[in-house]
Amino acid sequence: MTAAPRPWALLAELTHGCPLHCPYCSNPLELVRRSRELSTAEWTEVMRQAGELGVVHTHLSGGEPLLRGDLAGIVTAAESAGIYTQLVTSGVGLDGARLATLTAAGLRSVQLSLQHADPAASDRIAGHRSYAAKERAAALVRAAGLPLGINVVLHRDNLDALDAIIERGLDWGADRIELANTQFYGWALRNRDALLPTRDQLGRARDTVQRWRDRLGGATDLVWVVPDYFDGVAKPCMGGWGAVSLTVAPDGTVLPCPAAASLPDLDPPNVRDHPLEWIWDHSGAFNRYRGEDWMREPCRTCSRRAEDFGGCRCQAYALTGDAARTDPACALSPDHGVIRALTTDPGHPAGAGTPAPTGGYAYRKPGG
Amino acid sequence: MTGPGTGTGPAPAGWRPALSSAVSLRHDRVRDADLLLLPERVVVLRGSAAKILRLCDGDRDLDAIVAELRSRFPGAPVAEDVPAFLDRMRGEGWVR
Repeated sequence: MTAAPRPWALLAELTHGCPLHCPYCSNPLELVRRSRELSTAEWTEVMRQAGELGVVHTHLSGGEPLLRGDLAGIVTAAESAGIYTQLVTSGVGLDGARLATLTAAGLRSVQLSLQHADPAASDRIAGHRSYAAKERAAALVRAAGLPLGINVVLHRDNLDALDAIIERGLDWGADRIELANTQFYGWALRNRDALLPTRDQLGRARDTVQRWRDRLGGATDLVWVVPDYFDGVAKPCMGGWGAVSLTVAPDGTVLPCPAAASLPDLDPPNVRDHPLEWIWDHSGAFNRYRGEDWMREPCRTCSRRAEDFGGCRCQAYALTGDAARTDPACALSPDHGVIRALTTDPGHPAGAGTPAPTGGYAYRKPGG
Repeated sequence: MTGPGTGTGPAPAGWRPALSSAVSLRHDRVRDADLLLLPERVVVLRGSAAKILRLCDGDRDLDAIVAELRSRFPGAPVAEDVPAFLDRMRGEGWVR
């Protein structure tokens, strides 16, 4: 086995606890209980090992990481390990004193989620009255002089409000607005019928983004995360399995991607049992889909295999029951019909011209 | 609109370049490389980029940075290359 490249980034899911209940949450359907969470000392050791392994960037995420009373200590541990920290938060629970503590601990930047430009709609999608807290949090982050990113997951219920969403991000002083089309696994797959946009909506949204980019001229970074159901092109998931980054779940489970908890036979390793370096280099989970040896046709001989790595393993599993198959989002996949049926069938909301009624979500909650 | 904006147009007179507060310049011991760390990206610096950026402390002006590098690297085309490089860094918003 040739040595794997060193990982650059660590997604630290500090807790799965969250005041919000977004129907597209990227946490697994089976949420980790708070009593199973890693301790401060264990996270400190994770950060130390991650720094030695080559990690230079961490997203301190959740759930809602502000629910961890020891968050500042974890920030300090990352900073001491030479790792740049970004807090990924709903904004709920952030006040001036908390932010001052985090900044003093070495926090470098904040990414704030926003569900919609309209307060009532944002609260409805989040399943929690949180818009006002987000607005306050944005102002605090700007006042502290930290870079502010606004992250908006896009779907049928908010794509038509994209102009207002971008305006809101600019009003709040964002340096970067990430417009991330919903990726359908876990909670989002459960809510796919309610979340999947129409082709017309997406076309208009793309035009909107281009108009704003022209107007802004790079002053604010607008990131458009493409929807992989509509173009017949698989996304280069995680930049390759076990190639660029790793995720540590609240209970210390280490995964090549946050959605990989859904793969039934992965047997993911845990930092409570093994050093991070062994996990990255030698664990079965991290080597399972690393490189190209695992690929079958049509990926094995495809000219795009070094660009998209066969697409998303979790999506392949979710839609075909076999994680080693080509991602059905790819038009070359023999299973592409399962996605095409959803996006071209005029009987389906996403194939039709007008959006179906919104709402009716299965909100993310423990035991969901 | 309140975006902080990146530096466009000519550099201001008396410019004393400094790294943007969003940016962290670090030496990566694992890869033996100099890196610029930003909220959502990592930039691997090549050649003498890190040596130039380490002089961007907000105290030195452009002339002082060029003079310092000229004394360290006699014969290198620093008078042309360094202002152009820092202008590009300013355009990216990494140096202000």
